[in-house]
Amino acid sequence: MVLLTRKIEFSASHRYHNPNLSAEENRRIFGKCNNPHGHGHNYTLQVTIEGEPDPVTGMVLDLKELKEILESEVMQRMDHRHLNYEVAELAGQIPTCENIARVIWQLLEPKITQGRLHRVRLYESPDLFADCYRNVANGAGKS
Amino acid sequence: MNSPLKVELGRRYHFSASHRLHSPQLSEEENCRVFGKCNNPYGHGHNYVVEVSMSGDIDPATGMIANLADLDSFVERHVLEEFDHKSLNEDAPAFRAKVPTTENLCIEIFQRLKSFHKAKLERIRVEETGNNSFEYAGDSLEGNQP
Repeated sequence: MVLLTRKIEFSASHRYHNPNLSAEENRRIFGKCNNPHGHGHNYTLQVTIEGEPDPVTGMVLDLKELKEILESEVMQRMDHRHLNYEVAELAGQIPTCENIARVIWQLLEPKITQGRLHRVRLYESPDLFADCYRNVANGAGKS
Repeated sequence: MNSPLKVELGRRYHFSASHRLHSPQLSEEENCRVFGKCNNPYGHGHNYVVEVSMSGDIDPATGMIANLADLDSFVERHVLEEFDHKSLNEDAPAFRAKVPTTENLCIEIFQRLKSFHKAKLERIRVEETGNNSFEYAGDSLEGNQP
């Protein structure tokens, strides 16, 4: 098995706020991420695909195809958007790195038809990121 | 964890420290041969990067596996205060009897952070320089559950 990774970058704004918590609790839990008008990041997304290279093309999947999937599923949805208000898949969730990575996995997984999705890694900053994998521990990885 | 997906939180921390690779069990010539310039008598230093990976369920109320402020203060107390701007050989009791290679540092940091109880420590990755990095995920028998 070979792993292949493509990286893209997008910029978006967000705010951490749970309407079920009081203003004080929101402030205590989320700190400055709760500031009322939000803030933004340059996100870096690394998408890793696993598979065997095709004997004819030598490719696990055509990088151009992966680039198009990332453009339509991630860039068009999230780039230069406010993640709280403009991304339907994140509605009702706090747009943390963990939740965004999970949503990106759910968006990409059905679109990958050659090879299969191995890992989604989303950097919110160079020192903070989330990884999403198939949970092998409960047998979900054995398909 | 019954979710079909596993999510991990990764956080990078930075500290600077000096070390000297020298084993009292080896002769002077052997130390020199094995460790090369890392055996120079007065030591040298690095800007270390520690990458901590934690797993767990995402709390629906916060969207988080673990609150970053909790993780940051735990790492500050158990790792950064211990090693930042110190000599690993002289100041860290863990390296009185162990060579402070980054392999050993990686294991030491893992041991120090595995008691963080708000998430499960998956692995520690330490970059000694931009070109060398080391990872430790615990021994399978260690039972590093939160």
